[in-house]
Amino acid sequence: MSDWSHLESAGRKAEWWAGAKAEAPLLLGVIPFGLVFGVLGLQAGLPAWAVVAMSSVVFGGSSQVVFAQLWGAAVPVPVIVGTVGVVNLRHALYSASIAHLLGGLGLRWKLLLAYLLTDEAYMAAVGRLSAGPQTPHRHWFLFGTGFTLWACWQLATLGGVLVGAVIPAGWSLDFSIALTFIALLVPGLRRRSELFAAAVAATVALAAQGVPYKLWIVLAALAGMAAGMAARRFDRRAQDE
Amino acid sequence: MNDTFLLCLAMLAGGLITFATRALFLMSGERFRPGPRFRALLAYVPASVLAALIAPEVFIQQGRLAPLLENPRFWAGFLAALVAYFTRSVLATIAIGLLALWLFQALLS
Repeated sequence: MSDWSHLESAGRKAEWWAGAKAEAPLLLGVIPFGLVFGVLGLQAGLPAWAVVAMSSVVFGGSSQVVFAQLWGAAVPVPVIVGTVGVVNLRHALYSASIAHLLGGLGLRWKLLLAYLLTDEAYMAAVGRLSAGPQTPHRHWFLFGTGFTLWACWQLATLGGVLVGAVIPAGWSLDFSIALTFIALLVPGLRRRSELFAAAVAATVALAAQGVPYKLWIVLAALAGMAAGMAARRFDRRAQDE
Repeated sequence: MNDTFLLCLAMLAGGLITFATRALFLMSGERFRPGPRFRALLAYVPASVLAALIAPEVFIQQGRLAPLLENPRFWAGFLAALVAYFTRSVLATIAIGLLALWLFQALLS
């Protein structure tokens, strides 16, 4: 999984396809979540066109769910927009962690990749970008993960709006996104300090649920990162970077 | 202002602010050059963010911490983590996790 040597001399197409392939298994979790959002959006009183449009205008699963819930509860628009921003603030961390790997790209590429930089696109591409061969076409890999996710997210939302109402709530399809994140997290925990970072982030996320505007996401992420740094000296040297 | 206009405005603003969070560092490009310490810190982004997003989904039900042993999401999440650890397969983790959730929901209800 972490051997990227086959991309040593990959061109644009090969990188794009490798990205799309890396993204593919995640879709098993993303598509049910898209269906669930379609249903939730309608239940919250949003018109069907808005539910579908939001998936490309906002394009961030959990923030779209929050948007729909707050809109349904008649929360003032500035609070909705602010909360969406806070829920998505973690993307700034993704952006920061790959910016130096994507230097030298033109403005249009940066705009495109920024728009496509979701949880799943980032998580599926960050390994290849940071540990894989630093070839001139490596950004096509992120384009591949990002575009694949984008296209499926649009289709899943549309599906949720059209046929979502017949899905029984007992199926708990909303849990699919947590399972997707578990599938990404567990194999990635290679160092003790990473395990510690994850444990601290999870604990803070639970303890800070009461903090307003969904700020717990950012608080927990920052606490986890700080904990990871603090625990670095306990990593075995062979594992340390 | 009518609702449709307000809704469009809210979605556009939400989209812009979301795009801004993703573009901030990417756009700054070469000017943003993290040192080795900062880069080491950023290496903890995936583990920290994922764990933060997972924990409430697994442990919280109806707005509060659910009793662990009676919580089907805890058992399904736990089993999924084991599957992820041993198989490293995303497909197997999600599929078995969902099946396990249905099983535990039936058993614990």
